[in-house]
Amino acid sequence: MSLPPTTQPGSAVDPAGYLSIRGLVKDFDGYKAVNNISLDIAKGEIFALLGSSGCGKSTLLRMLAGFETPTAGSIVLNGRDLSTMPPYERPMNMMFQSYALFPHLTVWDNIAFGLRRAKMPRDEIAAQVDAMLKLVQLGKFAQRKPHQLSGGQQQRVALARSLAKKPQLLLLDEPLGALDKKLREETQIELVNIIENVGVTCVMVTHDQEEAMTMASRLAVMSEGRFLQVGAPGDIYETPATRFVADFIGNVNLMEGTLSDDQVDHVIIDCADCRHYVGHGITGTEGMAVTVALRPEKIRIGRDLLPPQDGEPEGGLNRVQGTVKDLSYFGSFTVYHLALASGMVLKISASNTERHRADELTWGDSAWASWSPDAHVVLTA
Amino acid sequence: MKGSAFNRWFGAGWMTMGFVFLYLPILALVVFSFNDSPVPNLWRGFTLKWYSALAADDEMISAFMLSMKVAFFTACASLVLGTLAAFALVKYSRFSGRTLFSGMVNAPLVMPEVIVGLSLLLMLVSVQRALGFPERGSLTIWMGHLLLGMAYATVVIQARLKELNPQLEEAAMDLGARPWQVFTLVTLPMISQSLMSAWLLTFTLSLDDVVLSAFLSGPGSTTLPLVIFSRARLGLNPTVNAVATMIVVVVAIGVVLASYFIARAERNRTLEIAQANRA
Amino acid sequence: MKAWLSGLINGRSAVIGIPYVWLLVFFLFPFLIVMKISVSEMDGVVFKDLVSVTDDAISLTLKFSNYIFITQDDLYFTTYLSSIKYAAVTTALCLILGYPFAYFMARAKPTVQPALLMLVMLPFWTSFLLRVYAWKGLLSENGWVYDAITGIGLDQWLAAGGLISSPGQLMNSPFSLVLGMTYTYLPFMILPLYSNLSKMDLRLLEAATDLGATPFVAFWTITVPLSKAGIIAGSMLVLIPCVGEFVIPELLGGPQTLMIGRVLWDEFFSNNDWPMASTVAVVMVLLILVPLAIFNKYQAEANEVRQ
Repeated sequence: MSLPPTTQPGSAVDPAGYLSIRGLVKDFDGYKAVNNISLDIAKGEIFALLGSSGCGKSTLLRMLAGFETPTAGSIVLNGRDLSTMPPYERPMNMMFQSYALFPHLTVWDNIAFGLRRAKMPRDEIAAQVDAMLKLVQLGKFAQRKPHQLSGGQQQRVALARSLAKKPQLLLLDEPLGALDKKLREETQIELVNIIENVGVTCVMVTHDQEEAMTMASRLAVMSEGRFLQVGAPGDIYETPATRFVADFIGNVNLMEGTLSDDQVDHVIIDCADCRHYVGHGITGTEGMAVTVALRPEKIRIGRDLLPPQDGEPEGGLNRVQGTVKDLSYFGSFTVYHLALASGMVLKISASNTERHRADELTWGDSAWASWSPDAHVVLTA
Repeated sequence: MKGSAFNRWFGAGWMTMGFVFLYLPILALVVFSFNDSPVPNLWRGFTLKWYSALAADDEMISAFMLSMKVAFFTACASLVLGTLAAFALVKYSRFSGRTLFSGMVNAPLVMPEVIVGLSLLLMLVSVQRALGFPERGSLTIWMGHLLLGMAYATVVIQARLKELNPQLEEAAMDLGARPWQVFTLVTLPMISQSLMSAWLLTFTLSLDDVVLSAFLSGPGSTTLPLVIFSRARLGLNPTVNAVATMIVVVVAIGVVLASYFIARAERNRTLEIAQANRA
Repeated sequence: MKAWLSGLINGRSAVIGIPYVWLLVFFLFPFLIVMKISVSEMDGVVFKDLVSVTDDAISLTLKFSNYIFITQDDLYFTTYLSSIKYAAVTTALCLILGYPFAYFMARAKPTVQPALLMLVMLPFWTSFLLRVYAWKGLLSENGWVYDAITGIGLDQWLAAGGLISSPGQLMNSPFSLVLGMTYTYLPFMILPLYSNLSKMDLRLLEAATDLGATPFVAFWTITVPLSKAGIIAGSMLVLIPCVGEFVIPELLGGPQTLMIGRVLWDEFFSNNDWPMASTVAVVMVLLILVPLAIFNKYQAEANEVRQ
């Protein structure tokens, strides 16, 4: 089922959310970095803007923060129109990609910086700074300067500093970009815990799908200044709206075909190498050109052709034979590249659930791939 | 390439010869300031009489005081104008007339001083004819030195400003600092070292300037370099050696101390960073 | 929005405006005056106006005789040429002596480099006038360098080459002038070169040798082209000021060494001929216009703001 590539308001929240963006445009001398974006975010949500570099996500974030002025459109936070407010007056704070810790100030002074600008009384500042240090577990490092901290510690200071003023909206710019893989995994969970603990609404920008999907409750896939799809990570992964989104998130096999049998409860699609039996109806007409998207982990591979399972029809549907052209071993799973008759290569991901299998597939082997009727996503865009 | 023995020896040799070339005159100046002979080149014995002659040399002393005064004000004003110009060039990448501005800021660095001096003088004379002000004197000398000093200050400050992470200033604004506060609380502390070196550089330049001072000075306003220059034109003069030695000693102490402290701070910093990353 | 923007604009106008206006008044405007005076007639010590109104007719009196004089008079032409010649020779010498210096400094151990830099900068901070004066002493009779050169008979070679008037007369000659100028401007060549060479990625040389280049070839095909920006910067920093140098020719040069800086000075201070001095200045600026443009272009590129 394909969805038209328009923007969507959040599904189960107020039509006007806690953060409400309408028709936002940023035009740089004719080049529209942000092209008519509208979005609603509920209070307490962690929302991710996902896209590759140049898609406009950073520009959008900077407009929220106030470092760029929108060419058109409005930004309303908790009922207040912020579109023309300078950054130092906005009730939101940002955690920068490079952390941007003030090198000439101690950790304590860095966190206190924003509170001092707000002219809080001295004892209140002290109490809040100590609370923040406790939150990120850096109490012992209060008097150190940024260059005396490791990368992970610097990030925690940056987080504490951005939460110190209890902002209505927290903006994260590629929060885990500077960390190495192991640290990234640990920090992802920690970061989400702290944010949910504090209960602050959060918009984050990232080019890393894993980061977006693990951390966010909803995300938007962005390209060329527009939203391609907005939804929960699971929705976007399992039901991408367009070819682009399907290909962008995770790995996918895309097969062109024609709709040959259109029924209410199932359809059959003819492709060059195989025929697909899709276990639900779609809106379309027979003879229509469609694309079938199949995720590698939804395909079973084996030397022998497996008999159809429950609910699967007879007749050679949803299965194809090919030669193992290549395989990549990732430890916990292996990705097989199966060359089909038409020349197309099918990517199949199989968990290595057993330690040493006697009949492991290897290069040049002939193998059968098969999948169930609900494994497909049919795309018309 | 690194590591080749020939390269290392050749390099060390070349640099040594280069340093000998650079320091030979300074050494000669110092040595012959203690020479008991009116002709500096023939060594006749050790004496301090040229230094005591200096103490009684009113012309030299008043010239020195004037030079110090002008140099001080030149350095301060160059710092202000240089910081403004550096900001203009680094922060605002597009404004009308930027090419002309950039050209004017950089030109005094290389323009022969006779041209700068002459043109500035002619302008000041025309202005004086029309408005009756300013008279040639320490004020006009200051104006000329400021032109040169501003160019040098801009180069030094601009180099440092370019290196700054722009996200630091954005972070400050994000946390509620207004533009002026961003400048005083974040930018200024971070460029403070370059401000210091710009000040010292322009101070030295002003103290040492001959041509601009010659064009722009008036009756009663003679700078130290002008006094030295007129004496040097006439021939070799041991009192000049004495002045030179004093300047060399002051500068050497200053430069060595500064380098020592900077190097030590750098070393400590690197140590701290290494410790943090091991923790 | 309006309040914030107008605050920003005001701040911006001040930051750009103040130095801009200052430069227009004290740098550009004087040049225009120089140009005007170079074509003015001098009436005693007052300049006659260029534009005058007589009998309801506006007349423009431009006296180009100075310019014509310069182009026709052999002495001026020769002096300009000679200045450029000495400046070019000085630049070449600074490059030849300074490049290896900067190169080895950049390749020295990183811990030693700051100390080396300090040693190069130290003479720069001591008065240049005094150091040039010191060469006067070194090259006069019984000076250390004088004794060294005459001792090994080098002065015979210098006299034969026309660099000094006769053996034993090292001072006030082309030799002493070029020596003095090279000495003074050497740091101006070393510093940009060092700055450029020390930032060079040494892995490029490793890649070159990996692909079969000898160190010698790698130097000429990789290091030198990459240091082009430094070479240009250093050369301009030496060439342009040298053309108009006054102090060094005055202290170390002689009747043989014609330098246009001295001519300008003499026209102004000795002859009191301000229009002539201005003409000399205008022509000098025209001469260095091309190198000046090159220098400006280099500065602009080097100072490109990171976006």
